[in-house]
Amino acid sequence: MNTENSPPANRGLLEVERLYLNMGPQHPSTHGVLRIGLVIEGERIVDAEPDVGYLHRSIEKIAEKRTYLQFIPLTDRLDYVAAMSNNFAYVLAVESLLEIEVPRRAQYIRVIMAELQRIASHLVWMGAFTNDLGAATPLLYGFREREDILDLYEMTCGARLTYNYYRFGGVSRDIPTGFVPGAKKFISGFWKKVDEYEELLTENEIFLKRTKGVGVLSREDAISYAVSGPMLRASGVKWDLRKDRPYSVYPEFAFDVPTGETGDCWDRYKVRIEEMRQSRRILEQALDGIPEGEILPPKLPRTIRPKKGEAYGSVEAPRGELGFYVVSDGGTNPVRLKIRPPCFVNLGSLAAMVHNCLIADLVAILGSIDIVLGEVDR
Amino acid sequence: MSMLEILRSKFGEGVEELADFVGHKTFLVPPRIVREVSSFLRNEQVFGFDYLTCLSGIDRGKEEPRFEVSYLLSSLTRREMIQLKVRVNDGEAVPSVCDIWRTADWHEREAFDLLGIVFSGHPNLKRILLPEGWTGHPLRKDYVVAEADKEPWEREESARESNEHGK
Amino acid sequence: MGIIENRFRPNIVITTLDKVFNWSRKNSLWPFSFGLACCAIEMMATAASRYDLARFGMEVFRPSPRQADLMIIAGTVTKKMAPRVRLLYEQMAEKKYVIAMGACTISGGPFQDAYSVVRRVDEVVPVDVYIPGCPPRPEALIEGLLELRRKIEKETLARTD
Repeated sequence: MNTENSPPANRGLLEVERLYLNMGPQHPSTHGVLRIGLVIEGERIVDAEPDVGYLHRSIEKIAEKRTYLQFIPLTDRLDYVAAMSNNFAYVLAVESLLEIEVPRRAQYIRVIMAELQRIASHLVWMGAFTNDLGAATPLLYGFREREDILDLYEMTCGARLTYNYYRFGGVSRDIPTGFVPGAKKFISGFWKKVDEYEELLTENEIFLKRTKGVGVLSREDAISYAVSGPMLRASGVKWDLRKDRPYSVYPEFAFDVPTGETGDCWDRYKVRIEEMRQSRRILEQALDGIPEGEILPPKLPRTIRPKKGEAYGSVEAPRGELGFYVVSDGGTNPVRLKIRPPCFVNLGSLAAMVHNCLIADLVAILGSIDIVLGEVDR
Repeated sequence: MSMLEILRSKFGEGVEELADFVGHKTFLVPPRIVREVSSFLRNEQVFGFDYLTCLSGIDRGKEEPRFEVSYLLSSLTRREMIQLKVRVNDGEAVPSVCDIWRTADWHEREAFDLLGIVFSGHPNLKRILLPEGWTGHPLRKDYVVAEADKEPWEREESARESNEHGK
Repeated sequence: MGIIENRFRPNIVITTLDKVFNWSRKNSLWPFSFGLACCAIEMMATAASRYDLARFGMEVFRPSPRQADLMIIAGTVTKKMAPRVRLLYEQMAEKKYVIAMGACTISGGPFQDAYSVVRRVDEVVPVDVYIPGCPPRPEALIEGLLELRRKIEKETLARTD
């Protein structure tokens, strides 16, 4: 950042000096360990440079030392708010190299889990985002519903946060008998809950003041910065991998893709709220249509040895396009595994959004990106 | 005309097609023309690859040239995806594409940080994930953690181990 | 160590003082919200609706180290972060306690062979209570906090040498 050569702006009689402000890596609103170097003139931000890597756990290097199967638990720890989606993308990438058929029951279970995960992840996001803006209540509301989803997960695979549930060719165990009724009970009450959140926030005057017109990301910038997921859709681009690069059994379900108009924080909030409703729709259809049958294909080899080649598997994770680029040489572990993390890419667009906004707005913008540092730093 | 023929007629015989990427086409281009090819693929109406999904560096171990940079390009309008590849040796630079797709900025910094691939023309090529002053590039196949990057107690442990092996 | 610790011989006044001090300390531990990775989400869940940490007088998560007396290190400490962890610990006011939450913090956990992870947080800051698990359930975190309370009960102002 070059701050010496540009003259300070003259505002009336007062000369404003440029200051360098350090935010983080321990800061309540950076959602973990992100550091941002800010150049400010008074209360206005001139430039912001995120400094990531405080949670760099060398996952891509560890992947080269592990077999394909051993790496599944590590994918849980990438985006730890949406571990199921990470599992999903990784098994899709390896399956396209293995060329195995996934049974329909397993496909349905995968979709159900991924959509429940989307709701749970957006609930955490809603809580954290509004908490940053100074509203503490939605956090407790969001976690209240999230616990119900975690109960469903726990009865299925025994874990609350890191599930290690998907396998190549299917899922690791069948859903228990109480799962479908429990999930139906949850989603039947859930639409009321979403209305409740909307009542608290959507038309709330303070909330509108803090988010409307803040952190605008234009359509061109959004595409150039390759942001994905709710951020891209809030900027008016109708792009959802579940529809535009279909995977699994998503084409069988009817759902809409919500988009925003201006690409400000409020649009991003609205898109996510609407996505929860759409996930509910998918869940209704999937729970009713869940077929009988096997959950793993017959005759899976004990040691996975994909054919030589490269594959890219991606899913529409709650935060955007999560992809795994796998390079295989026919051996038992990958030669190279590159993770395409949505948060890392979305965070790269921060500098385009914060120019000339207030420091308090930066908190709102960061919250609306919905970063999870485990995925940004890998 | 196939895509390969279009690219060859415009950029010469240096463009090759590889066939081990599942489900999508792969083109190998010489590093010196990677920017021209990228601009062409992005701005030409028939292609319109306006979205750089991912950029990854790969260490191919003992093969020549040693490093490979893979660009995964998507077109949001035509819902298509291709892969561009560039191969360079250690120390050779790859022209940066971060003014064509701005998302490439961070991806290229990461490839430099973890693999040591240099991108010429990048405005701010420095480490992004690892601390400044780290030794070496961890994703290289021959990487071992330098003594300077170990914690004090780790150094004591490794010293103890080497002593025991010496006896 | 605070100002008054370790300066008196054990006697009847001190034991009474101990009771008062320890009782007040253990009943208002203010944790420092220091989430690093996955465990932080479980820590949030512990403080949120179902598990409700407020029952133990510990719900006041402070964002600043100067207002907190308990540091819950929740998540992987990397080599880039370790100096900051140390710095934050040193900024905390005296009579401070540290809980190492999760396998990463204690021993590196799933990232044992990572090049960028500090495998032992107790080389960086002194740890009072270790909570194993990956990630530990909220019940485990609450148990860890109760364990810390039991530890505080046994403290004394008197000289121990």
